[in-house]
Amino acid sequence: MPLLEVQDLRVYYQTIRGDVKALDGASFSLAEGEIMGLAGESGCGKSTLGRSLVLLKPPMKYVEGRVTLEDFSLPIWDREKMNAFRFSKISLIPQYAMNALNPTRKVKKIFTDILATKGIKGSQVLPELRRRLEMVELPLDVLNMYPIELSGGMKQRVVMVLSTFLNPSLLIADEITSALDVSTQRAVVKMLVDFRDRRVVRAMIVITHDISLLYQIADSILVMYAGKLVEKGTTEEILRAPKHPYTRFLIASLPDIGVRYGERKLEGVPGCPPLLLQPPRGCRFRERCPHAFEKCLEEPPFVAIGPSGRQVACWQALEEHA
Amino acid sequence: MQRYLAQKLTIYILTFFLAVTIDWIIPRFMPGNPVQTMLSRAALRAEAVEVMRGYYLRAFGLDVPVWQQYLNFWKAVFHGDLGVSVYLFPKPVIRVIAEAIPYTLAILVPAIVLSWIAGNKFGAFAARRRWLDNTVLPLGYFLTATPYMWLGILLAWGFGVGLGWFPIAGGYSFAMTPHLSWKFVLDLLWHWFLPFVSLFLVMFGGWAIGMRNMIIYELEADYVQYLESLGAPRKLIRRYAFRNAVLPQITGLALQIGTIAAGAVVTETVFSYPGIGKLLVEAIQNQDYFLIQGCFLFIIIGVLLANLIVDIAYLIVDPRTRRGMVGEI
Repeated sequence: MPLLEVQDLRVYYQTIRGDVKALDGASFSLAEGEIMGLAGESGCGKSTLGRSLVLLKPPMKYVEGRVTLEDFSLPIWDREKMNAFRFSKISLIPQYAMNALNPTRKVKKIFTDILATKGIKGSQVLPELRRRLEMVELPLDVLNMYPIELSGGMKQRVVMVLSTFLNPSLLIADEITSALDVSTQRAVVKMLVDFRDRRVVRAMIVITHDISLLYQIADSILVMYAGKLVEKGTTEEILRAPKHPYTRFLIASLPDIGVRYGERKLEGVPGCPPLLLQPPRGCRFRERCPHAFEKCLEEPPFVAIGPSGRQVACWQALEEHA
Repeated sequence: MQRYLAQKLTIYILTFFLAVTIDWIIPRFMPGNPVQTMLSRAALRAEAVEVMRGYYLRAFGLDVPVWQQYLNFWKAVFHGDLGVSVYLFPKPVIRVIAEAIPYTLAILVPAIVLSWIAGNKFGAFAARRRWLDNTVLPLGYFLTATPYMWLGILLAWGFGVGLGWFPIAGGYSFAMTPHLSWKFVLDLLWHWFLPFVSLFLVMFGGWAIGMRNMIIYELEADYVQYLESLGAPRKLIRRYAFRNAVLPQITGLALQIGTIAAGAVVTETVFSYPGIGKLLVEAIQNQDYFLIQGCFLFIIIGVLLANLIVDIAYLIVDPRTRRGMVGEI
């Protein structure tokens, strides 16, 4: 039985002009110990997916879908009821980790305040807190500092410690490396893997647009396009043999080592994604897809091909497989 | 932190010297000659006028060169000697002011403190309740845009003249002599109420609106989002947001104190309330150099002291200033 199971999840954004269908029917599962990369370009709905699992609030609107974590069915549509699961069962390292701490409270106070809301006394967990800080290579002094006295990277590590402090089953890391330089990125990525290896968290979703980062840490990769899941497979499968044309474009747009891009132009994905206020019928990648044919006017199902549990939503890939 | 305090103190001392110097200059540039006024009031014979003029000039220290007068003035200020009132001659200015100060403080201090506290609490409360946000806060805009004396006049007319619930003039009933008894204290409170309320209401509106906007801003901040995603209860989130939202309100208070003092002057005048404000207006009307100077001096000291207190309070509540992260003042 998978650790996390998401079934047909739909989350829209309410606007004056109507609903923006940012996440339009997502079904996937996550195994115990799995680190899943969630990739796609800006606005494809990957952050919406990550956030809706933790904090679904207006202008986000729950439409339908079921989320099961361990044996619990998560009431993600109910902001109050979800409080019982947040932090302890499912936790988030946010995109804005560097601004995520109240600037006028000492780090220690932030910890004790939030732990108190879960009925945990701050003095009890001090030894554990020390151990966790060591794990992310932070000096103990940070506890007596204000967030404004910490560097951006330190603040982010404090947030990582706080978010994972209650050993949540599922951790969602939302674009956490995008504001860091490359060497710091490496350290952060190593810490994430560490969290899993030391069983601080049982599974992880790493949201990013940086596929090369996923290559370093992810067991599997889920690719999204325009609010739809397009492909899921192991990291090797996705990077070595992408099936969906969009994934192929994404992989092709990565720079190769040893190539001087002054001589060869780095390729991007031509065209731009559709507006999600009134998404087009059928496959949403159709307009940009070089292989599109009549069948693509129908919506392709996101189905498994092959025994490895690999899934893809593309008529052409399905035909090739069959 | 010490550097921050030292910087602040330097600025305050400089401001004090400059403000007091201007305070000394202003009456001397005013048209008219108070000694002449006193002499003509006395209606003396020509020879006697010259004698009296000499006496007054010496008595007020006006027979020496201007720069000497300026130095003498500073010397006297440090000795607590503010000269003799021309208009209430021969009462020393310091005594005239000492009698007026309790009245001014009695309406100003509670009005500032209570309106600030109540305004902040109410603003934070209203920020998340749509019906309050739509009904009471527009009233707040109206209140804060109201000139102090205009609201004073309205209140005096409504509750004083119209309904007759409150007196419209004086610090206590004319029939009474000041003494310590419940009856007199109640009478004092009865006269105190309307001037206090008119100051309170105008300020309350301003603080409530400021707080409402700050709270909404804070509740959108990243740290609030993060707390929510950690499942923090609303109580903790509100506590954090309120504390951070209060910081600009404290700065606002420091900025407002001068305006509020000016508001007290007109409010006291409207209600003929025997404080510094009313005294100042009378002093100006009677061209009483020394009394004008004295009143201004106390307003200067009061505003600077209040600002200093606010600065220190800010230092206590905002760690960023305390830890010297903010170099600017």
